[in-house]
Amino acid sequence: MNSNEKVRTPRLREPLTDTQTLLFISIGIFLVMYIGAILLLGGGFTKPQMFFDLLNDNAALIIIACALTVVMIGAGINISVGGVIGLTVMACAIFLNKTQVESTGLAICMTLLLALGIGLAFGIWQGLLVAYLDIQPFIVTLAGMFLARGLTTILSVNPVKATHEGFLAFAKLKVKISWLGYVAQNGNLIPAKIEIGAIVAVATVIVMFLILRYTRFGRSIYAIGGNRQSALMLGINVRRSVFWSYVISGLLSGLAGFVFLMHKPAGNANVAMRGEMDAIAASIIGGTLLTGGVGNVIGSFFGAMILATIQKIIALSPLNASWWQDMASGAMLAFFIVLQSVVLMRKNAAFKKKVQQTEDGPKNNNTEVKEGTS
Amino acid sequence: MNRKKKIAASLGQLVIPLVALAILIIFNLIRDPSFFSIGMRTNNAGNTVLTGNLISVIDSASELAIIAMGMTLVTAATGGQDISVGAVAAISGAIFVKVLQSMGAITGTSVFVALIASILVTILFKLFNGTLVAVFNIQPMIATLILYSCGRSIAYWINGDATPQLDSPIISSFGKTIPGVPIPTPIFAVILVGLFLFLIFKFSSLRLYTQSVGINQAAARLNGINPMHIKLLSFALLGVCVAVAAVIGVSRLGQLNHKTLLADIEMDAILAVAIGGNNLGGGKYKMSGSILGAYIIQMLTTTLYAMNVAPVNVKAYKAIVIIIIVVAGSPVIKDAVAKLFRSMKNSSTAKKGVA
Repeated sequence: MNSNEKVRTPRLREPLTDTQTLLFISIGIFLVMYIGAILLLGGGFTKPQMFFDLLNDNAALIIIACALTVVMIGAGINISVGGVIGLTVMACAIFLNKTQVESTGLAICMTLLLALGIGLAFGIWQGLLVAYLDIQPFIVTLAGMFLARGLTTILSVNPVKATHEGFLAFAKLKVKISWLGYVAQNGNLIPAKIEIGAIVAVATVIVMFLILRYTRFGRSIYAIGGNRQSALMLGINVRRSVFWSYVISGLLSGLAGFVFLMHKPAGNANVAMRGEMDAIAASIIGGTLLTGGVGNVIGSFFGAMILATIQKIIALSPLNASWWQDMASGAMLAFFIVLQSVVLMRKNAAFKKKVQQTEDGPKNNNTEVKEGTS
Repeated sequence: MNRKKKIAASLGQLVIPLVALAILIIFNLIRDPSFFSIGMRTNNAGNTVLTGNLISVIDSASELAIIAMGMTLVTAATGGQDISVGAVAAISGAIFVKVLQSMGAITGTSVFVALIASILVTILFKLFNGTLVAVFNIQPMIATLILYSCGRSIAYWINGDATPQLDSPIISSFGKTIPGVPIPTPIFAVILVGLFLFLIFKFSSLRLYTQSVGINQAAARLNGINPMHIKLLSFALLGVCVAVAAVIGVSRLGQLNHKTLLADIEMDAILAVAIGGNNLGGGKYKMSGSILGAYIIQMLTTTLYAMNVAPVNVKAYKAIVIIIIVVAGSPVIKDAVAKLFRSMKNSSTAKKGVA
């Protein structure tokens, strides 16, 4: 924001940036929806455990939403994340069943390394093709999705269940918080339970937020997404930054695969089917624009939680037939997307008017604000 | 010379897909020349029909080719893709079946009415996408994500029954062959839709308008083109394509399965547009490239099946071929090849000069 302060005229109040506006909208929607669910539906929603359940069930989704946010800020896209999760889960499950390693800790570490390695490999070749060969990211990652899904079925057409006892015991570990628990009907206190995967997901969001906000890489990727040409003229190594955004995205997909395996320890050709679309939706609802330069992983976190809450509300409401669920979540998605777009358009229109009224206002302020944000 | 250059420039975009197709054909010729044999055979209904792998490629690529044509237009005008085509095709199929069933006996008129109804409803659904994109300025992929996620459920809701059957010679002549004509009907549908779009572009300035909106929306507006109308129109034309493809898909099987009708066709259609050398960011386009792309994808799939690759594993091999095609067509590689040619030319002329 420092660069903007010099050109700012005293009469013109610094407006909210697009990123901030969209972030506030998504946090607001989440709060309104959650409080509405508590008041109208009651039941499970009144207990804190419901919130933690949403986190536990959607840890992998939150992580791949972060993976997508990073590439989308750089004006790219990665639709291979769901496929990579499927491949990772299958490969890890087979590895766990066949491994001869005695020590449980070592076996778990090796599984984690395998998961991250698969993600990294996908990230690297996709990043090379997108950044250094200038191929359209949609096509590269579409090929990545086909490759990952195909490799999954080549590994095994039938579902594979992980039977490694040490790993299953590790996956079942939960953090228990007794003061957030509730008293069951028989008088026992049931503490709130948080899975390790959920903690990993929240940690990922925080780490990615810090990386995007405070490192040279993060700043570069916002600049590249805002305007590739000007980023190049500013001396940013565009190709290298774009390459790294795909590597990070791949690595996070691998991590998401490991988290998925901890939540449901079985590989299957349909694991995380359409996961990429859910992740894109989460990022968008959280305020990331596909055109690049605008977005925030905190928003993506809330986007994923909004999607999860919608599904939970519909599952608990009377309309719980499967086609009603799909249609209602589609309608809610439509509502949020339109709301976002209308708020953004009105804000920008009002801002343009203001700039025109104060004629000495900097003409290209709008684009500058877009780029200098995070 | 000038004319030669012009032809080369117009072909430029098609070089990569044409080479890919040629390589596929040569590969098949070496592997098994009988891949290309075409025979005549009498089918269950007693009609003489053409058979052979080549016919099956051209026949089963029909839906993809038709949708790829519409997708090219939307891509050019909006700079984004419609990922809801498969789901909306399920809705068009459901409307087609619903209207047919409500009219009682299946006759020529009832099929025609059902087709028109299906096209109209599909256009409405596509205009919903188009409104989100053109009026609310939402990115196409996100706007169409809504129908992508709930379209198939709407199709189920329209029909109620999981897989309604359509048993009639008229339907099978739509999806397979007309008695007495050995060529599968879907091929004629591709030609008809192609002709329809060709005539529109021939007798209107729509092509120019679409490209100018895709290249620079603001400049197009200043030149008196309303980008909103052009975008809505491109979505409406995509709707026509989707409805026709859906009706072919339903008639081919004689039944409607809302879950599997044209499943995953959105990805293949976008792929066809990209393999045809079109920029997915909008602007200039070549519809012939997309159609070629559709046939390349189907040729590849059929080749893999002929090589006894299990259907579930086809995706992995397909991905590898796609990667090779897009790497060969990437601007960096193209430049490098062009440089190589130039230096070879220079060195040869230099040698001549010395001699």
